[in-house]
Amino acid sequence: MTATLEPRAIGRDLARRDGAAKVRGTAVYADETPVADPLFCRIVQATVARGRVTEVDTADAAALDGVVTVLTSTDAERLASTDDAELAVLQGTEVGFRGQIVAAVLAETDEVAREAVDLVRVTYAAEEHDARLAADRDDLYTPESVNPTYPPDTHEGDMAAAMAEAPMTLEATYTTPMHHNNPMEPHATTALWDASGAGHLTLWDSTQGVHPVRQTVTQIFALEPEQVRVICPFVGGGFGSKGTPHANVIMAALAARAVPGRPVRFALTRQQMFSLAGYRTPTIQRMQLAAERDGRLRGIAIDVVEQTSRIKEFAEQTGVPTRNMYAASNRRTTHRLAALDVPVPSWMRAPGECPGMFGPEVAMDELAAALGIDPVELRIRNEPEVDPETGKPFSSRNLVACLREGAERFGWAGRDHRPGVRLEDGWWVGTGVAASVYPTMRMPKSTATVTYDAGRFVGRIGAADLGTGAWTVLPQITADALGVPVEDVDVLIGDTDHPEASVAGGSSGTTTWGSALVEAVREFRDKYGDHPHDGDAASGSVNPNAAEEDYAMSAFGAQFAEVRVHADTGEVRVPRLHGVFAAGRIVNPRLARSQFLGGMTMGLGMALHEQSLLDPRTGHVVNHDLAEYHVPANADVDDLQAHWIDEDDPYVNAMGSKGIGEIGIVGTAAAVANAAWHATGVRVRDLPVTLDRVLPAR
Amino acid sequence: MRPFAYATPPDAREAVLAVAERPDASFLAGGTNIVDHLRLGVATPGLLVDVTALTSAEIEDLPDGGLRIGAAVRNSDLAADHRVRARYPVLAQALPSGASGQLRNMATTGGNPLQRTRCVYFQDVTTPCNKREPGSGCAAIGGATRNHAILGASEHCIATHPSDMAVALAALDAQVQVLGPDGDRTIPFTDLHTLPGSTPEHDTVLGHGDLITAIDVPALPLATRSRYRKVRDRASYAFALVSVAACLDVADGEVHDVRIALGGVAHKPWRAHRAEEALRGAPATDESYRAAAEAALTDALPQEGFDGGNAFKIPLLTGTLVSTLRELAGEETRT
Ligand SMILES: Cc1cc2nc3c(=O)[nH]c(=O)nc-3n(C[C@H](O)[C@H](O)[C@H](O)COP(=O)(O)OP(=O)(O)OC[C@H]3O[C@@H](n4cnc5c(N)ncnc54)[C@H](O)[C@@H]3O)c2cc1C
Ligand code: SF4
Repeated sequence: MTATLEPRAIGRDLARRDGAAKVRGTAVYADETPVADPLFCRIVQATVARGRVTEVDTADAAALDGVVTVLTSTDAERLASTDDAELAVLQGTEVGFRGQIVAAVLAETDEVAREAVDLVRVTYAAEEHDARLAADRDDLYTPESVNPTYPPDTHEGDMAAAMAEAPMTLEATYTTPMHHNNPMEPHATTALWDASGAGHLTLWDSTQGVHPVRQTVTQIFALEPEQVRVICPFVGGGFGSKGTPHANVIMAALAARAVPGRPVRFALTRQQMFSLAGYRTPTIQRMQLAAERDGRLRGIAIDVVEQTSRIKEFAEQTGVPTRNMYAASNRRTTHRLAALDVPVPSWMRAPGECPGMFGPEVAMDELAAALGIDPVELRIRNEPEVDPETGKPFSSRNLVACLREGAERFGWAGRDHRPGVRLEDGWWVGTGVAASVYPTMRMPKSTATVTYDAGRFVGRIGAADLGTGAWTVLPQITADALGVPVEDVDVLIGDTDHPEASVAGGSSGTTTWGSALVEAVREFRDKYGDHPHDGDAASGSVNPNAAEEDYAMSAFGAQFAEVRVHADTGEVRVPRLHGVFAAGRIVNPRLARSQFLGGMTMGLGMALHEQSLLDPRTGHVVNHDLAEYHVPANADVDDLQAHWIDEDDPYVNAMGSKGIGEIGIVGTAAAVANAAWHATGVRVRDLPVTLDRVLPAR
Repeated sequence: MRPFAYATPPDAREAVLAVAERPDASFLAGGTNIVDHLRLGVATPGLLVDVTALTSAEIEDLPDGGLRIGAAVRNSDLAADHRVRARYPVLAQALPSGASGQLRNMATTGGNPLQRTRCVYFQDVTTPCNKREPGSGCAAIGGATRNHAILGASEHCIATHPSDMAVALAALDAQVQVLGPDGDRTIPFTDLHTLPGSTPEHDTVLGHGDLITAIDVPALPLATRSRYRKVRDRASYAFALVSVAACLDVADGEVHDVRIALGGVAHKPWRAHRAEEALRGAPATDESYRAAAEAALTDALPQEGFDGGNAFKIPLLTGTLVSTLRELAGEETRT
């Protein structure tokens, strides 16, 4: 148990410190970094999904006025490490997926670069590709682990026996489609190698972690950390797609390498983001539930089939939330992958939990309906006393409180559980519920310093603010650790010149960086007491949390949706979506609400709209822009509310906080799909819930 | 993207000649469609002739009680015009259902009907497309076909026309005023767009250098009771899966007169003559509306696709038409 800080700044509804700069447009993003005389990089992408590049004719492009150079795999510099095939940019002729970078142009203006890439002619020896995911493929394999390091399969008790013997069983298959992160700001880098030849590289990169980018780049270019500086004050969203460096960062550095002393700008187009910046794999989830007549689960199983890229494995941990969500003595979770000729999947907001709470939470709704039990009550009856997987008690678990509070706020009581019986003004009306969960994570490495100067305290840590609020929240934590007004504290982030920080991922930023800052303050006060002098400085690092030995730690939530389905057209609308979360102490209510609402809105998009259409004939996503890949428009978001219950958890960290960046997207789609069933009587097991999927029934 | 020349000739005639002279010249109006195509490499003109200042930006009353809408009238201005709202609600509703506020502030009356299909393969120069590159094949057939045609398609192209405004104009018997290299002419709006047949590279009957100068909407008392109903995959800012433009006159429980055009179903805004015929004189009931939809869809041929295809458009269009006519009849005040 850690002593939680006495909250003075923590818990305050402070406005975003970087808000005014962003609203005024003075916040500088990677692609607009003011540099002298930049060159512009544009890329040529493979138009086959598998095969070899046999020839790249660069003559016309190179001859164009303003073109500085055209890079191909023949003349691009050899990288020191090509272990990561996704990042081995222009290192060979092999094509692993459609959209892979096969050439690049450097030019004096972006327009010339753009014109030049159209003039590069690439010839391929195409091979037959395979880009079709199916559960009945005969080449599915078991990955060694699923993201990040979970075992792929777990077996507890005897699930088959539970299915054979339980009085009530349910078996159904649910699917979620391929999804793309689509942050507003595309992946962008400004790269500069120093002219002296000393091999110093500066990258202004849009990233969720400057130090992780540096680490990757130093490996790939065989550099020392001191030779690379990565700077990223602001990020226009990432949702995981900027959590690990993708090929674009290496491309920018490689291009700039050709022109030492001149900065190079490289930004992906929206279309390019659909092949080069990661995505969420489609998932096929076969669920089994074995239950007593009173709804108590005897067994729960999820067998997941999903895809990865043939050139690099990423195994989404879709089955993992089923391991500790509900009490059931018999449990099975498995993951099988198809390695396809497709772009490389990666993190997208709540990898694992987000898709992995769709199947289970719709299955629970189906079970509730089959048994005639209120779906809220069914979940309460299956609340575990301890973490079903590890047997550890939860440091705090307030799913039941969230369900009750949500039901109260939403007006759930007295709900007529029959589906397809409420027609109002030509719309079928229904309501649905689903649970949310997200583990409380702490990264092993992060260091911060605190310096005192002229009456102010300055924290420094290479953290990232991808719109989440780190610029604001970290000073709140530091101020409370110091016991000084938050107005007297600055925390500088987004630069590898600051001490090393972990990635902004896994909703771990506040826990990890906050803990490092608290340690630095402790060190500072130990050294200098309450009356420091100018220039006094101390450093501290995040410690492993000893309480993790004894406690399971997760945030929980419950989401309630009202859905209307037009009786003549099947159009689906969500007039109400209310979430209640239990996520430890909320450091800043204003910013936290944005995180929850943002997650829920993205969950709404998952429920109704989002779907990357990967054409199996070509291996590329054909609806690769925001006119065709739909995310919710304002008109889709109606009465959206996020609430939380006060949770006092002394085990998680000094702030008492749990991660909140991802949980909002977890469970939303299930709540909406469940409400659509309640409205129409049509059970949609495949996302998104589009009108054609609910239309046929009525 | 290629370099191109940009010209602003002194008048419309000069503009027509400037384009007619050069096979690689195009008109530029609001630019909301053609500029995207420049960026995507879908269009590669050598010369853009800006016509926004050369055609009228006025909406004038015609002697018969109709309106003449200058080609440079912005979509947002047209939607807001009180005469349009009073006389042609179907048009006033169709316009704001399209695109976004920003786009409608740029988009013009001449450019809107000439916007090109949103077929994802047409917009992706790495895939074959007969419309973009005649003879290269049609990638949409057997591909993602959710947004594609169920009426009037060919083995060469199954694209739909994306405009909402055009569906309303097709229902209203609008007339297109054209200035061509050989002079003026008038084209019925329903004849402006073509079916793909074996020449999907053509969207319309306009020749190279033909400039739309205005669109006339004739007096149509029936149109005061009209409606545009658009069904799409999200609540706003999306193209129609299907849409219905309808004007309905019901007297004594019988359909006296009716105009129907359908969007999202064909290579052109689809005037549903068969449905209109089926309805004239029929009782104003759901059964009649359903029969009208059936008549309109007699020749419907859905497309398969890896995305599930578009067979759903048949029940969807039926439901949309029935509900639109039912609502219009419900508004009906005449006895
Ligand atoms: C994201 C997005 C969403 C959209 N959603 C919708 C929607 O839901 N519904 C909808 O209806 N539309 C929608 N649009 C399309 C929009 O309405 C059209 O782009 C617009 O109406 C085109 O008008 P413009 O004046 O900008 O044409 P431009 O782009 O300037 O020109 C379009 C074409 O017409 C030609 N042209 C222009 N004026 C004339 C003329 N006077 N005579 C002859 N040729 C001419 C040009 O050469 C060009 O080929 C959307 C567009 C975008 C980008
Ligand atoms: S449907 Fe028409 S526009 Fe689309 S790919 Fe086929 S030919 Fe091209």
